[in-house]
Amino acid sequence: MQHVDGNAIAGPLAEFFAFDVTTSVARCSGCGAMAELARAMVYTSPAGSVLRCASCDQVLATLVESDDRAWIGFSGVSAIEVRRG
Amino acid sequence: MSFITRGFSGRSRERDDRLPPGQTLVHDFPVLSAGPTPEIDTAEWEFTIRTESGVHRWNWDEFMSLKIDEVDTDIHCVTHWSKLGTRWRGVSLDTLFEDVETQLDYVMAHSYGGYTTNVPLDELLDGKAWVAFEFDGEPLDPEHGGPARLLVPHLYFWKSAKWVRGLEMMDQDEPGFWEQNGYHLHGDPWKEERYW
Repeated sequence: MQHVDGNAIAGPLAEFFAFDVTTSVARCSGCGAMAELARAMVYTSPAGSVLRCASCDQVLATLVESDDRAWIGFSGVSAIEVRRG
Repeated sequence: MSFITRGFSGRSRERDDRLPPGQTLVHDFPVLSAGPTPEIDTAEWEFTIRTESGVHRWNWDEFMSLKIDEVDTDIHCVTHWSKLGTRWRGVSLDTLFEDVETQLDYVMAHSYGGYTTNVPLDELLDGKAWVAFEFDGEPLDPEHGGPARLLVPHLYFWKSAKWVRGLEMMDQDEPGFWEQNGYHLHGDPWKEERYW
């Protein structure tokens, strides 16, 4: 299955975050790599989107959407940097 | 004489009663994955069942020497497609559990590539689940889970873990990959158990 880069998830996530989360640096809890989420590998399917670390392939985050709800998981992210101002 | 013909009121307009609620019939076989497709050589492949007392193992040749079932079944994906009358060959979980003793009631299926999904043991036995290695008369394609995938057709198809490599017995029902991230712990298509 092919993947695209993390910019593909910017639109769907913009609905839930007040800033573009894909420009934030996240730390992978698996290998410790720190990179903007836009650099992650995104596997999209009708079941949901899965972001994987570009360094070690571990799942960083998931986005599942139904008609009336969404679930955003950051199971493989130890922290996300949010720039002020 | 009636002006209303069967074309307007007859069976052709009725919903197929093999389709669970909210499902649409497809004739292709959509591919859904949460990551890259693992390439697994059958020479390296292994299937395990891990219980409280140890690990049962089968390599590919040992697996192929087990009793093989022909399975004709409907499958239902949580993304609203269903496929009717699919044909598989595989080994029943009843066969795999014949010599396995466990007091534990829940199962976590583990796949090559790291995917997991949870199923209660009683939903895998009594002719309800298989480890399938053939689809429609051909070896199971890697993008559909080959060399072997779990087949649990009475639950939504995310429970039929692709690239399955083993089952781990658990004392309570723990959520697998999609179940941790929004999908239902159980996943019965007839009850539309799609999400939390």
